[in-house]
Amino acid sequence: MTTSRERVLGDIRKALGKRAQRDEAAEAALVARLEAHAMGTIPERAKKSQREQIRLFIQMAREAAATVEEIKTLRAVPGAVAEFLAAHNLPSAVVAAPDPALQDVAWDSRETLQVRAGAAEPSDLTSVTTAFAGVAETGTLVLVSGPGTPTTLNFMPDNHIVVLRAKQIVGDYETVWAKLRERAAAGKSAGENMGNAAKKTMPRAVNWITGPSRSADIEQRLLMGAHGPRRLHILVVRG
Amino acid sequence: MHSTTDRFKENARDALADTGLQKALTRASAGFVDRRTAVIERLPEFDTLRDEARVIKDHTIANLDFYLERFESKVAENGGAVHWCRTADDAREAVLNICRLVGAKTVTKGKTMIGEEIAINEYLEENGMTPVETDLGEYIIQLRGEPPSHIIAPAIHVSRDQIEAAFRQHHNNLDEARDLTEPAALLGEARAMLRESFLSADVGITGANILVAETGSVVIVTNEGNGDLTQTLPRVHIVLASLEKVVPTLEDASTILRVLARSATGQEMSVYTTFATGARREDDLDGPEQTHIVLIDNGRTRLLGTEFEEVLRCIRCGACQNHCPVYAAIGGHAYGWVYAGPIGKVLTPGLIGHRAARDLPNASSFCGRCEEVCPMRIPLPKLMRAWREREFRQPMGPSLPKWAIRAWALAARNPVLYHFGARMASRMLRRRGGALRRTARFPFADAWTVHRDLPTPEQATFQSQWSGLRRAPGRRRKQTRDAPL
Repeated sequence: MTTSRERVLGDIRKALGKRAQRDEAAEAALVARLEAHAMGTIPERAKKSQREQIRLFIQMAREAAATVEEIKTLRAVPGAVAEFLAAHNLPSAVVAAPDPALQDVAWDSRETLQVRAGAAEPSDLTSVTTAFAGVAETGTLVLVSGPGTPTTLNFMPDNHIVVLRAKQIVGDYETVWAKLRERAAAGKSAGENMGNAAKKTMPRAVNWITGPSRSADIEQRLLMGAHGPRRLHILVVRG
Repeated sequence: MHSTTDRFKENARDALADTGLQKALTRASAGFVDRRTAVIERLPEFDTLRDEARVIKDHTIANLDFYLERFESKVAENGGAVHWCRTADDAREAVLNICRLVGAKTVTKGKTMIGEEIAINEYLEENGMTPVETDLGEYIIQLRGEPPSHIIAPAIHVSRDQIEAAFRQHHNNLDEARDLTEPAALLGEARAMLRESFLSADVGITGANILVAETGSVVIVTNEGNGDLTQTLPRVHIVLASLEKVVPTLEDASTILRVLARSATGQEMSVYTTFATGARREDDLDGPEQTHIVLIDNGRTRLLGTEFEEVLRCIRCGACQNHCPVYAAIGGHAYGWVYAGPIGKVLTPGLIGHRAARDLPNASSFCGRCEEVCPMRIPLPKLMRAWREREFRQPMGPSLPKWAIRAWALAARNPVLYHFGARMASRMLRRRGGALRRTARFPFADAWTVHRDLPTPEQATFQSQWSGLRRAPGRRRKQTRDAPL
């Protein structure tokens, strides 16, 4: 019995005709193309010095309606978070990513701030997460899922605060793929103790986020906060 | 989706007479075009990226079997499953089976055009499930029982008043006294209702903008974040994807993403671009336990290897719709099936059959703007012409225009006959036009003259004027001397 898989592939090969009859060399060329990770044209604006990239990232993120604040060190995170909450009249409580990268953040330096670590719950109003990278060319944050970085934090709460180190800002998307591949290679060579997530290039979810959620589905009027966060606040950590 | 493409002419007539729709179309027209122009001016590399995107897709389509098999094996490595489906029936069956196996009752849905093609909502409803659209525009038209009228702005034809009416009719707990005048209030109401659906759904169904063969990733692009809640919260994520969505690598996907949002909404990048690879990993705190990718042909392989193969490059940005004067006049529903505007004129006859959709390729002014703005450089006017040629050669449609075209072709290939005919026609029109110098009715051309008069030619034909000039050499020299350099 032919499976529907064989039928679909058979239809494709029949329609492709000669193009589907590849010899070994042609097959090898396709495999080589997959492994080469050749890049297309990278926009000039993405090829600047690191300092310029940080400036461009901040500019583009703001154009996409995110708010950006520069802070000196991770120690300044609790204060910046508390100020953000106060400025928007929000309850003094956040859910934070259980990411080791945030372990140096002394949350108890702000006594009134309630912090819970974990994935998002429906009642959470504000989340604080890390990011894997920032892409200057469009002001895009790249967040990856993992044990310390649950994806629901990026979408469920009304307010999303992202802690991004300035040195994580790169020019273009392709640099992010290269970094993810490096991470996977390092994970593989480190063997079993690294856990599952890091051994593959792609974690379950890679989220590119460019500004807060929005919709223009009601008479083409742009409104913020359609399903995801109404506010996206980025803390760029200089140190 | 049930098709009314065979009623295109009636549909178009009704659309032109629909004042509410005309208002909505006027409101919608300028925004997309202006924003696209502005964002492209900021990216000098845009046209180069279009060329590269085209090459990527052509290469992938020429090796479609190879890349789909690679994609499948990578999905499996990451704990997902691929279901191959030849027809809409196969795909509906596959989705229903998955839903039944996990005992699903409520299904949330992100926007998917292939989902419209296979009418998945109706099928799930018939089988006792409750599919809930979560894209705001899709949700609005689901409440109203309508199909989408635009690829990226499905409720572009609906007014604010109509949205409020739909919410008041369907949201049982909505307080009658609540003021929903402001669009923001309507959005808030929809957000609250849909949040409950997200949290209670057993299965989330999304489409796919791109499939990445290298990693087995599924890319979806949204501005609302509904696609992400749909694929992250329920236990099971089902992806509906047509075969031609695949590209080789993450780098290839990045090139295409650089032209997608700019062409669609005129944004530098859409708000959420998500690469989902397989099911929840061992130590993850959230994400679906199961990921199923339903790969659907539904007519694509019939286009493969034909002159229409190029249409398979389409990335569903909607730029051709935004720039089409015919779409701007009649809106999306008149086209009678999932895809409206120029892309529909080429794709629909290929997917549901030329006979049923034969009027669509003819509904064009051939202004060429669709091809000009298409990020994948699909030669839409050329492909519309190709359908027209097929119609001419096949026994379908009225025969009178075909005879007229044959007579025209005969004359155009025979100069003596042509000049004689042109002289006769010019003389006859001048006599018929009389003092008013216009003809109000013309045999066999009522459809044309009902809206305008045919002006009478000012003088004899160009050819006879030209030969007159050649016979008067003095005058001709003078003209040559006076001509600007």
